[in-house]
Amino acid sequence: MHYHDNVDYPPLLTRPIVFGPLLVGLFAVLWWFDAANSAIGRLVAGIIPAGTTPGMHGLLTALAVTLFAAFNIFVVLRLPLRQQVWLVWGELAAVILLFFYSFDLSFAFIQRKIGFLLTQGLVTTLYISAVSITLATILALLGAIAKLSSNGIAQGIAHFYTSLFRGLPLLMQIYMIYLGLPQLGYVVDAVPTGIAALSLCYGAYMTEIFRAGIESIPKGQWEAARALGLRPTAVMGRIILPQSMRVIIPPTGNQFISMLKDSSLVSVVGVWELMYLARTQGQTEFRHVEMMITASLIYWLLSIVLELIQKRIETHFNKAVTR
Amino acid sequence: MIPAPQISVPTAAGTPAAVEITKLSKWYGALQVLFEVDLHVDKGERLVICGPSGSGKSTLIRTVNALEGFQRGEIRVGGVKLTREPAVVDAVRRRVGMVFQQFNLFPHLTVLENCALPLRLVRKLTAAEARDRAMHYLTKVRIPEQADKFPAQLSGGQQQRVAIARAVAMQPEVMLFDEPTSALDPEMVKEVLDVMVGLAEEGMTMVVVTHEMGFARQVADRVIFMDQGRVVEQAPPEAFFTRPQSDRTRAFLNQVLPH
Repeated sequence: MHYHDNVDYPPLLTRPIVFGPLLVGLFAVLWWFDAANSAIGRLVAGIIPAGTTPGMHGLLTALAVTLFAAFNIFVVLRLPLRQQVWLVWGELAAVILLFFYSFDLSFAFIQRKIGFLLTQGLVTTLYISAVSITLATILALLGAIAKLSSNGIAQGIAHFYTSLFRGLPLLMQIYMIYLGLPQLGYVVDAVPTGIAALSLCYGAYMTEIFRAGIESIPKGQWEAARALGLRPTAVMGRIILPQSMRVIIPPTGNQFISMLKDSSLVSVVGVWELMYLARTQGQTEFRHVEMMITASLIYWLLSIVLELIQKRIETHFNKAVTR
Repeated sequence: MIPAPQISVPTAAGTPAAVEITKLSKWYGALQVLFEVDLHVDKGERLVICGPSGSGKSTLIRTVNALEGFQRGEIRVGGVKLTREPAVVDAVRRRVGMVFQQFNLFPHLTVLENCALPLRLVRKLTAAEARDRAMHYLTKVRIPEQADKFPAQLSGGQQQRVAIARAVAMQPEVMLFDEPTSALDPEMVKEVLDVMVGLAEEGMTMVVVTHEMGFARQVADRVIFMDQGRVVEQAPPEAFFTRPQSDRTRAFLNQVLPH
């Protein structure tokens, strides 16, 4: 718990006034929506005695699932906190995977296609995202410093930049670069188009994150560093920015994860990235769902990797306050 | 190309004063906060500035190293006339060290790095030289054993001593103290004042804004009383505390001195 408190309130789920209505509600929902004839019903079909009437079958199914939920809560509450978190996470992940599994997927088809999906699609997605993340960070840093500067031209450019690129739909920006710039005599390839659009759009969002992060550092830090004789660039680079990273990193991690998935929009100009391949490879044999789910899981795994990286960086910049 | 600013150091009249403030006036918008303040600080002199809050004493010393601007008058630090030119401000800040009420240590750097980083960046020392000099001054403020901790792990008194070491390690000619003990718990005031007394005994030129009248009595060569943006009275501590001339000084001393 982030805010420590030395009071032992009984956990919510151990209070009858909470778990009673909760379980009754679950039972009612399962029964009312006829869980017995759904995938959930098929999961527990084995333990319902044969030969019961359809009405009884519905009641028993709902009861079985409710009891299972109650037992699950009972077990989880007895574990240490960390294990509770992991177990619940794992159970929910299992439910999602079961949901995907219920589509009656052809794994042979996935196996045949996944190599191409990874070597072409994933590599392109990663390449576009990594370059865009780097460029967006540079743009955000420049934009934030420009906005906080006393240079009117820089401020004007930065304000217009964030207004325009936060204000236009990303899809529109991709079209404008790909189809609009040739009007001016510049033909841009599909991949550079995607990188430019993603960098500009996310750089604009992140400019605001960086600006807020820099502004969160008290003026005394600037004054102390200036009084010691540090030059403005050194104050920014050595004193202000390293401290503002604590504030900047969590929302920036959000932006990176979001960008990873928005890179799929680049498929509209024909870049063979993950989403594009997932759509086109599935089409040939009418196996859309297989490819979509495979691509989704790859995106999810990549996001998890980004989450872990973010966590490491946060720990690094928090070391001065947590130790 | 901007021409290099003339940093004139008068030599005719012997050694220049450490700080020479002449007819200094400052406004925040329409509000005037300093009224033609004159202040002369000799080399090696210890000055204590006191006065009620809002009297302009912090603002006054913050103009000396250009943390605050001013509209009229003149400030000379070691003979250098303070302007808004980057090179002039750099030259003045090289001569002036400052300690703040809120310490203003850099929380993301260790105690040692707090002291060593400015030495490397401003004084251009090598990492090893900066380290050695930082350790030397941390030893002088009696916390060498805390060198590798972060500021947040230190008590207020220890943090302020690090701040003093950080400023003094730059080897300035004048040290400014802006209410250095006002943010401290009572039991930590003494350890900070002791370090400041030690600094005074070594002959450092000091301008101290403080409410610690005991410190003023013990260390100051001269006490300045400010009220409403003006210097109302200045005298050696003995005369200042026993024979204050103005009613406003008497009223102030009645408030701050133990009865």
